[in-house]
Amino acid sequence: MELILNNLLTLILFTPVLAALVVMILPEDQEKLIRWVAFVLSFIPLALSLVLWMSFNPGQPGFQFEQKVFWYSAINSSYHVGVDGISLTMVLLTTLLTPLAILASFTIKERIKTYMALFFLLEMGMLGVFLMLDLLLFFVFWEFGLVPMYFLINQWGSEKGEREIWGGRKVPARIYASFKFMIYTMAGSLGLLLAIQMIGVVSGTFDIPELFARWTALDGTLFGMSTGTVKAIAFWAFAIAFAIKVPIWPFHTWLPDAHTEAPTAGSMILAGVLLKLGAYGFLRLVLPLYPVESRTYAGALGFLAVMAIIFGALASWGQRDFKRLVAYSSVNHMGFVVLGIAAAAYTLGVESEPLALSANLALNGAVLQMFNHGLSAAGMFFLVGVIYERTHTRDLQEYGGLFPLIPVYGGVLIFTSMASLGLPGLNGFISEFLVVRGSWPIFTLYTALAMIGLFFTGAYILKAIKEVLQGPLNEHWAGHITEINARELLVIVPLMVLMLWIGVTPAWILNVINHAVAMWF
Amino acid sequence: MTTETLLWLIPLPPILAFFLIVLFTYRSKSLSHTIAVGAAILSFIGSMLVLFRAVQIEHFGEHPFTTAPYHWFPTGTSWFKIGLLVDPLTVVSLFFVAWTVLMIFIYSVGYHNFGQPKGDHDRAGLPPHGATVRDVHGRAQRVPSVEPMYSRFFAFIGLFAFGMYLLVLSDNLLTLFVGWEIMGLCSYLLIGFWYGKPSARAAMIKAFLTTRVGDVFMLLGIAYLYANTGTLNFREILYNPQTLAMLAGTPSYIVGLSAASLIGILLFIGTIGKSAQWPLHVWLPDAMEGPTPVSAMIHAATMVSAGVYMVIRMYPLMSAGLEAGHGLTPPMTFMAFIGAFTALFAATIAVAQNDIKRVLAYSTISQLGYMVAALGIGGFVAAAFHLVTHAFFKALLFLGSGSVIHGMEHGVLHTGDHQIDPQDMTNMGGLRKKMPVTFWTFLIGGLALAGFPLVTAGFWSKDEILADSWAHAPLVFVVLALAALMTAFYTMRQITLTFLGESRTKEADHAVESKWTMTLPLVILAVFAIGLGWVGIPREFPLIGGIVPNWFHDFVSGTLLEHPAALKFSWVPLLTSLVVSLGGLALGYITYRAARLGEKDPVEHRLGASLYRWLKNKYYFDELYQKIFVAPAFWLAETFTSSWMDQKVIDGILHWFAYISGVIGNFLRNAIDKPIVNGSADLVGEGAKKLGGTFKTIQTGRVQQYMILALVSLAVFSVFLFYLVRVR
Repeated sequence: MELILNNLLTLILFTPVLAALVVMILPEDQEKLIRWVAFVLSFIPLALSLVLWMSFNPGQPGFQFEQKVFWYSAINSSYHVGVDGISLTMVLLTTLLTPLAILASFTIKERIKTYMALFFLLEMGMLGVFLMLDLLLFFVFWEFGLVPMYFLINQWGSEKGEREIWGGRKVPARIYASFKFMIYTMAGSLGLLLAIQMIGVVSGTFDIPELFARWTALDGTLFGMSTGTVKAIAFWAFAIAFAIKVPIWPFHTWLPDAHTEAPTAGSMILAGVLLKLGAYGFLRLVLPLYPVESRTYAGALGFLAVMAIIFGALASWGQRDFKRLVAYSSVNHMGFVVLGIAAAAYTLGVESEPLALSANLALNGAVLQMFNHGLSAAGMFFLVGVIYERTHTRDLQEYGGLFPLIPVYGGVLIFTSMASLGLPGLNGFISEFLVVRGSWPIFTLYTALAMIGLFFTGAYILKAIKEVLQGPLNEHWAGHITEINARELLVIVPLMVLMLWIGVTPAWILNVINHAVAMWF
Repeated sequence: MTTETLLWLIPLPPILAFFLIVLFTYRSKSLSHTIAVGAAILSFIGSMLVLFRAVQIEHFGEHPFTTAPYHWFPTGTSWFKIGLLVDPLTVVSLFFVAWTVLMIFIYSVGYHNFGQPKGDHDRAGLPPHGATVRDVHGRAQRVPSVEPMYSRFFAFIGLFAFGMYLLVLSDNLLTLFVGWEIMGLCSYLLIGFWYGKPSARAAMIKAFLTTRVGDVFMLLGIAYLYANTGTLNFREILYNPQTLAMLAGTPSYIVGLSAASLIGILLFIGTIGKSAQWPLHVWLPDAMEGPTPVSAMIHAATMVSAGVYMVIRMYPLMSAGLEAGHGLTPPMTFMAFIGAFTALFAATIAVAQNDIKRVLAYSTISQLGYMVAALGIGGFVAAAFHLVTHAFFKALLFLGSGSVIHGMEHGVLHTGDHQIDPQDMTNMGGLRKKMPVTFWTFLIGGLALAGFPLVTAGFWSKDEILADSWAHAPLVFVVLALAALMTAFYTMRQITLTFLGESRTKEADHAVESKWTMTLPLVILAVFAIGLGWVGIPREFPLIGGIVPNWFHDFVSGTLLEHPAALKFSWVPLLTSLVVSLGGLALGYITYRAARLGEKDPVEHRLGASLYRWLKNKYYFDELYQKIFVAPAFWLAETFTSSWMDQKVIDGILHWFAYISGVIGNFLRNAIDKPIVNGSADLVGEGAKKLGGTFKTIQTGRVQQYMILALVSLAVFSVFLFYLVRVR
């Protein structure tokens, strides 16, 4: 037990790799065995994260469960892990969604072994980003997560569909989507890598807690420019990399493609966790490392957030493809995360009691919204997958009136949609309310404009429910469509329970987030 | 049981019923309705106990019942606390909610044909079509069939009732908003209960989205209020003169408005949506698509009453900064205008409707306008009084109309002519003989709505509003009096067309009285539609004033910090009230007593065809909104954002980048790489080729092997690096 507690974060981070190796040595033709072994093994990181959650002390400032081993002492980079309330929430989200995603992947028929192994590697990549307190290793894991996801979309993505690029050339949609996802994110990472290198060279360390003090205090001239200019350039390198990942409008167009073409479980993780990496980057690195620049450009960030909220909702409403509709809803919801972050950024360094409280609430809301969106987006993508496996279409106009045929699925879909819509009593409301409340005194106009997006959230959610479940029955499906089965219920019910739980009594999770937020900002 | 425990127990049974039915008992119809009605009875008993305890306390307004605060979520260094609050306003609201909810629950059992056989072709999502049974002689007979989604209905109205109880009992604006939105969801689910009908499907979405327009404004108001006061607790804001003065003294983001005014207006926009005031009134008439108990639920017990309840609750904020002789505050002026306009506007539409439920729908909008207008001119008690009496007589009227429709459907099943619309009043007539209980109770409800003098509850509450408006805003008085005239007119038109005269169709001939589960609630509600007015008779009223104390005024005014004084008596509003009510009723009867099927409506003769068409088509608001809001918004979503901006512009730029990279890449390859680099490197290349030949065996094209290779190399490199570092 002592051994486990002392190395808890390392265990959480690398047990997925172990799981991947175990899955790899299983015989290829034992499909059932592979699935179940993968499913069972995926509970190890979850169990460890629950131990972590229980033994975590929210009231203690700074990082906990830290471990630091020199990794590359020539450049002063070390394997340094640690969690605070923000990363802890994200770790829990990741380890929680992975078993569910694996269970949702039981219908995968081709190359299951590789598929499952990739999934575990993906989990490790994401966990690494949340756990690392070393800038260089942060980047390594940041990039690492891309690779499994690329293959998941590229190899196991939807088989139908084409995308036209220039000159009438057509490419298969999943190739297009995976390529766009990979290249776009990599393009953003280039600047990030350069900026990280520069910070490392200038500060002489990659250790994030150390940098919080050293890098921000840096003054004078660098490379013949004032530190202000250098920092502003580095700030934008960071901001753009994370903005693409979140994604913030107008860097969002990879998202509907990638989400739509990815296999169901891939979309669940993509929307559930991968998008949070970007927002997490803002919280963990951008705000603490660049307080001055964050404040300067917070208005711009807030503006882009509102654009994401409004146009994400509008674009979602305009879709005919069920999965694309859900994909665009992520743009809309992540906009609230960014709005909260922008509001907090604007108050950095401002000594004002009421503004500090507002910033605190906005950040609480933003982090909780990250978690909540993880639940509801994963749930929604899963439900799209469930109906797709039965009908082999994602075109909303080909469904119609399915409620009497699949009442349980219908109920589950309405419940999950309502959580996504932010219905009070369910989780999304708490976080959206906190963001709105927090950003109102700081970005009054933006907050007011965000309400347009909130209104259209209702429009697209109801559109989806209407096209799928209500109206005259499309007789084509009568007798051909089956009710959601036990395995599928097992995937969605934990998510639903959490949505209701957080909606009714949010204190257990908000308390952890609030302490972390209060100590940082 | 302590009062505190009791308070927590009031909202609990309906939500438990919801979960029990949805998760466990949905297969059993009788078990489901037993649970739902049982839950309603428990909440009812709890509410009545609270009422009895409350009225025994003197100066109850200063010592309301509260619960210990529950720490809901952390906010920085402190907590957001929630709890329940019962003050005089809550008590009277609980009273009407508990009664009407219970009556509606019982009525629903009969309305959904419990005990009838399953339908021949009934399908979930569509109203029951009737079943064929064979009598003892073997003759086939068509009878009503049971609702296929019977259990689901009771689950939903359970949740609905929970939302309203939560809203009424909340001690803060945030949990009030939670109840508010839960009701929004329930109204959505229940208006579209028969979701298989395209019209119901459209109506449910329209209801949700139209009210959501109001809700997002309200959410801003809540955020604003919270940001400026640091709390959302009613007692900490509304009963705290310093806070109110601070809000009234703080300038807002809009020049000329104080923070209190802007917050008040934002909150009130929520009510415009929820209580279907102009210009967001369009959803309520379409909400008639739901089963009739739902209409009663929405129009009387819960939803629309909630909107008015909220502004009554927030009245101290709305009137913050109000000084005698300085006119109304901006939110109050706004409310007075919207309310009075809506009252008249909706009444004019009601005159030209033929659907029995639509007439009632517009009358609801109009009556809610009364309450809003009353509050706008400072008539706090009058607004609350009308809210309570209206809940009873409007629930009665809706349930009565449901009974009528049921009777007519019976006739339709009998004749088999499904072209006949059982909701169209022109197809009815003479139903008083076929459905006596329904007739008498409906008559009572109608008279209460029309404000029939002295005996009905509606008279007393409406009279108080008229008296208030006469004293404070004569213009509002004129508008409301005109609306009252029309109300009496269309009510009598409805009663005459439906029940009086001779039957105009065979279906009306074969209508039958409804079962006891439906008529019993009607009788009970009718008792209140008459008797409830007597608790609020003004002390100075000629002849009968002062015989019974004006309990309602004394009790409810205790809700406010400064108790509003009772008005001085004036003959003008009283006489006006008598004239418009009796005059309207008489006019309605005279005009319609000889109506025949297929004839032009007499009103159409008087008003001329074009004006009548405007009224009949609700001033074309639906068409207007479709053109100026819905269609452009969808264009913005589908064409502009999705197709043009995202796919053409943003993706276009990305593709252009990719294209340029491709061009540069090709150039480098064809112009530099191939001739120059390759040429000189061929030599090296040949060597490499041999090497490659050796290594190509590992190029299997299998991703898993690549991954292993990558992992192994990673490990080797790490060891190597580690070694290097150590050596240094």
